[in-house]
Amino acid sequence: MFRNQYDTDVTTWSPQGRIFQIEYAMEAVKQGSAAVGLKSKEYAVLATLKRAPSELSSYQRKVFKIDDHMGIAISGLTADGRILCRYMRNECLNHRYVYDSAMPLGRMVRQVADKAQVADKAQVGTQRSWKRPYGVGLIVAGYDEAGPHVFYNCPSGNYYDYKAFAMGARSQAAKTYLERQFESFGGASLDELVKHALHALQASLQDGELTDKNCSVAVVGKDTTFTLLEDEALAPYITGALASACYCFCRLFAGALLEDEALAPYITAVKEEEPEAAGMEAEQPAAEAEGGAAAAAGGEGEQQGGGGGGGDEGGAAPMQE
Amino acid sequence: MASALPMRAQVPSVGGEHRQHASWSPYDDNGGTVVAVAGDDYCVVAASTRMSTGYSILTRDKTKILRLNPKCVVASAGMQADMETLHKMLHMRHVTYQFNHRKPMSCPATAQLLSNTLYYKRFFPYYTFNLCAGLDEEGKGAVYTYDAIGSYERVGYGCQGSGKELIQPVLDNQLKAASPLVLPQQQWLSSLPLEQAVDLVKGAFVSAGERDIYTGDDVEILIITKEGVRTDRLELKRD
Repeated sequence: MFRNQYDTDVTTWSPQGRIFQIEYAMEAVKQGSAAVGLKSKEYAVLATLKRAPSELSSYQRKVFKIDDHMGIAISGLTADGRILCRYMRNECLNHRYVYDSAMPLGRMVRQVADKAQVADKAQVGTQRSWKRPYGVGLIVAGYDEAGPHVFYNCPSGNYYDYKAFAMGARSQAAKTYLERQFESFGGASLDELVKHALHALQASLQDGELTDKNCSVAVVGKDTTFTLLEDEALAPYITGALASACYCFCRLFAGALLEDEALAPYITAVKEEEPEAAGMEAEQPAAEAEGGAAAAAGGEGEQQGGGGGGGDEGGAAPMQE
Repeated sequence: MASALPMRAQVPSVGGEHRQHASWSPYDDNGGTVVAVAGDDYCVVAASTRMSTGYSILTRDKTKILRLNPKCVVASAGMQADMETLHKMLHMRHVTYQFNHRKPMSCPATAQLLSNTLYYKRFFPYYTFNLCAGLDEEGKGAVYTYDAIGSYERVGYGCQGSGKELIQPVLDNQLKAASPLVLPQQQWLSSLPLEQAVDLVKGAFVSAGERDIYTGDDVEILIITKEGVRTDRLELKRD
């Protein structure tokens, strides 16, 4: 895309029928760090790479809980993302107040998209000369009466229903992984799903490794309220103590934020490296977890010590991409 | 009675004849009693479960307690429609608070929020008589007592509702300090052991159930400690 005379404001069409400002807004999403969303028959999972502006600062949050049954991952202008997050939280709360039930996801993403057009959210920024489009893409993951969902809300005001999706910097590599693997997601267990998400994320990571510090994962499902896994909570998945580590979720309260230890196991499994022993402070199904971790650490190229199942072959592929 | 049809009330006029006057009240009293007792490291909250209107019973199993989080509950007697709306409001505010502060609301914070929420409707009040109870930031039991428009005060024990006049003297007798002249000044005695406090509350409800027609059926009892919230249920007479 090059600068041209039709891209000054969002109310100008180009002769080819494009509105460049909207397309530029979509570019902003690609500047953000990678985020993936995928779902099985019972769960939806989000995984994101967190970026830190400098070594001295903390990592930017990318996953936000909207309601007990829904959450989002953002990529792009974080400030815009927070506004949409606040809007979504408010709408969900109002829905609960009036209808005493969870807001259906399809309706929520449509309302967010309409904000662009109808003096609601995203589209209105694409149709008023004094406004600008939102510079953030949302992956909305949730579980409602119709089952688990993964939606993508685009700055253009479009929204799409996905089986799996990736956005952000170098997300094409993640998309390739997902395209290869998505057929096995439907029947996957929660652990496998998280592993897939982390594998996909690993593909977008050009240099460096997944650690429990630089990524965050969230899960939501039928009997699982939206739960954010960071730091400790993620550690088991990274280390690969997995199959039985899924019990962690049963112990989580709605919206519980678990730190380093819980995330690390998952990340280590993906890395095929020694378990981040220091990070694993969370109480786990002790013997099994340690056993699993040791197995994963010893295994070469075989990341899943526990629950095998489909999609494991893909585990090696992104490492080599 | 908050009935749909206008009621004709007899109003005596100056000349001595009765003038007919339509009157409809948006309020109704559904009865019931709530009690809370704070201890050094616990708080006992109890509420009767009968809901009535006039001389009829609407249901024997209606909860009057809103559990905001493991450290704080709100118990309300009075009009249940207003109670439900008030509880919904508080719950939504609590969810929003947790999004913004990333932690649950403390009991003192909830107490202030409840006061503000009630005063907001100063000129069309919630017909609810509330107690906010739980553990404060130091882990000690806390009870706050309110009037309908939000005036509140922290106390060591409190009761509200139709059985208030029957129960309050009993609690005063057992829990209040002997005299305001005693030094160091304390308004209530240092706490009873938990089991004794629960027995006191149960005894108070049984007694109130004898004479207050609106208190009966069951009592829902919550025992709040740092370990969490434990529930108990006391059966009362169904008459």
